[in-house]
Amino acid sequence: MKFEYAPAPESRAIVDIKSSYGLFVGGEFVDPVDGHRFKTVNPATEEVLAEVSAAGPRDVDAAVQAARGAYTRTWQRMRGAERAKYLYRIARIMQERARELAVLESIDNGKPIRESRDVDVPLAAAHFFYYAGWADKLGYALSGREPRPLGVAGQVIPWNFPLLMLAWKVAPALAAGNTVVLKPAETTPLSALLFAEICQQADLPPGVVNIITGAGDTGRALVEHDGVDKVAFTGSTEVGKQIARSVAGSGKKVTLELGGKAANVVFDDAPIDQAVEGIVDGIFFNQGHVCCAGSRLLVQESVAEDVLSRLKYRLTTLRVGDPLDKNTDVGAINSAAQLERIRELSAVGEAEGAQRWSPPCELPERGYWFPPTVFTGVSQAHRIAREEIFGPVLSVLTFRTPAEAVDKANNSPYGLSAGVWTDKGSRILWMAQRLRAGVVWANTFNRFDPGSPFGGYQESGYGREGGRHGLEAYLQ
Amino acid sequence: MPHYAGAVPLLTEPTLPLDRVTDVVSTDASLRRFLHGLPGVDQVGAEARAAMLSTRSIKTAAKQFAIDLAISIIDLTTLEGQDTPGKVRTLCAKAQRPDPSDASVPAVAAVCVYPDLVAVAKAATGPSGVKVASVATAFPSGRASRAVKLADTADAVAAGADEIDMVIDRGAFLVGRYRAVLEDIVAVKQACGTARLKVILEVGELATYDNVRRASWLAMLAGADFIKTSTGKVQPAATLPVTQVMLEAVRDFRAATGRMVGVKPAGGIRTAKDAIRHLVLVNETAGEEWLDPRWFRIGASTLLNDLLMQRQRMTTGRYAGPDYFTVD
Repeated sequence: MKFEYAPAPESRAIVDIKSSYGLFVGGEFVDPVDGHRFKTVNPATEEVLAEVSAAGPRDVDAAVQAARGAYTRTWQRMRGAERAKYLYRIARIMQERARELAVLESIDNGKPIRESRDVDVPLAAAHFFYYAGWADKLGYALSGREPRPLGVAGQVIPWNFPLLMLAWKVAPALAAGNTVVLKPAETTPLSALLFAEICQQADLPPGVVNIITGAGDTGRALVEHDGVDKVAFTGSTEVGKQIARSVAGSGKKVTLELGGKAANVVFDDAPIDQAVEGIVDGIFFNQGHVCCAGSRLLVQESVAEDVLSRLKYRLTTLRVGDPLDKNTDVGAINSAAQLERIRELSAVGEAEGAQRWSPPCELPERGYWFPPTVFTGVSQAHRIAREEIFGPVLSVLTFRTPAEAVDKANNSPYGLSAGVWTDKGSRILWMAQRLRAGVVWANTFNRFDPGSPFGGYQESGYGREGGRHGLEAYLQ
Repeated sequence: MPHYAGAVPLLTEPTLPLDRVTDVVSTDASLRRFLHGLPGVDQVGAEARAAMLSTRSIKTAAKQFAIDLAISIIDLTTLEGQDTPGKVRTLCAKAQRPDPSDASVPAVAAVCVYPDLVAVAKAATGPSGVKVASVATAFPSGRASRAVKLADTADAVAAGADEIDMVIDRGAFLVGRYRAVLEDIVAVKQACGTARLKVILEVGELATYDNVRRASWLAMLAGADFIKTSTGKVQPAATLPVTQVMLEAVRDFRAATGRMVGVKPAGGIRTAKDAIRHLVLVNETAGEEWLDPRWFRIGASTLLNDLLMQRQRMTTGRYAGPDYFTVD
């Protein structure tokens, strides 16, 4: 019998989106001095959500000054246990306002409410709890030296996990005694602005956290500002390279978390049903807008046909549509520009001779949408096997032996993550030793924990976020 | 023996035609190679998938549909030492007309009783369409000789049982004597005649998902019409991940052989919410063809009243107290 799920939309009533937002500088929302206004839209409907300020150079300067003042007057001098108190308070408020944060994130980003509710927001709060615990134990985090904070951190984060990336950046920086100026992505500023309200609610001393919205110009002004001691960036490899060049020789500490083209390696003795789930989680989680997405499936030739037919069967049950519907698995593409890039690279994939397949699915008429897509017959030489698509597009390649799997997996200028699926424990360890990737998942994919460091090799960036390692980036 | 379950394309032509099943089951060694060649189940991943599916939000029209479907697939069960003809007749009355105040409530699929009460149940259900299922084969432990198990089965069939719920020999399964388990099932199937055979794996005693998958295939290769999780006498019984592993097994078995086998979780499903979660699991694992009393059942006793209570709330907008639903 046909079992149709009735619409189950999460209510938007809990969220109060203002018509216009200022910049959060020195503990208050202020109008930009030399900036302008821009609009942020709901990618699922193209509805304009709010007007947001783009910080100009003088606004950036004011924010850095505010952070410097808070650093020297308050935050640097505060005992670790006191800083922890604020971080715990922020974490608890995030939990209390979890539903509000989740709904806002889904509206502004396009990701399914199930993900923002069950993954993004709980993990973001968990990062604050985790680093709150370190704030008075920094001497134990790094062996053999008395740690000191760096000063003012300029942080630029991407649009794929707006709140979670904020937490990854802000929590360790504050725990270590730094103050921050954070710039969220121009397409997803709203959850960061709600976080600014949470900082006010937590009575965080003014200037410890400053949030300036804007696009690339604002970000450039921030990372190049002389008053910034530390630059932390998550985003594209292209921008990451520009940042590395611009801060070279400035004495600023830098961590970069950039792109990826992760291999998800499935051996013939894998737990097949769970491997199929892992492939789906790997590439269709968050519409594939994940830097560590398992965008290259490497499957052993002896089971390739079987794995593919199971994968296709499974993809027919994926539910694509309204991000606020609690049963949606795949939401909207974040922006028109990103949709264009996904379309362009998919067209290249077809032109290069790979076979394109998508499950039958109806896409909404308005908004930015792309169906879950699988390319088979992909070779290492194809662009869709080498370039980051950052969308719900999987490239399937095959291998014959474990050594070939390692060679193919490592044959990428990136090196952020990898997955290994096999029932054999010894093979997992053998693979993990050889894969050049910052994270290697075994019989799972896209699992995150505040205690576990995350970061890349080669063009995927440098430095680690999360865990004890994540503190190192904010201490000298 | 090829690693064939791993080489079965879903939704394409069968790769294990039923005449080849004979080869697979011909010796203990071939059967063992086959069962141990099935892909493993990763416990963490299987449980995560079931947990994710249990977050599906089933509301309004979907909930109404699911509640009625859940009622219509119940095997309304009483399996107590204290069962009497009176108790069974009460159960049968409820099975045919679950809510005396509302004729639009569907009847359940079957009643499930001990063999000596089959005749009573048969008389009480009459031509209503509600089937009579009987446990057999020295239920629940199955610790008896094959002759006793067959006599137990024959007894229930002779009394008119439409369906037989047998237990497998878990002892033999756990020591790896798969053919002994298989021969039991084959013999009972033969004794069933036209009655449909449900094979109870008693997953709480098999302990691992790998074992659940192997036992599912073993039962299907032996000719089971249904595979069933539990007797209800051992905990844990029907959990979502266990039902999921069994649904994957029937899905793959159909793809491999072309033959469709049903699934029956039993034991521990007490609320409408639990039942709906199972229906979601069926829908997204095996597919909608299994959403039918012929291919999916839930063995339960207290579940029915919760479904009725939820159903009434959906029409009246409020909950009635427990006194407004019949005790059985």
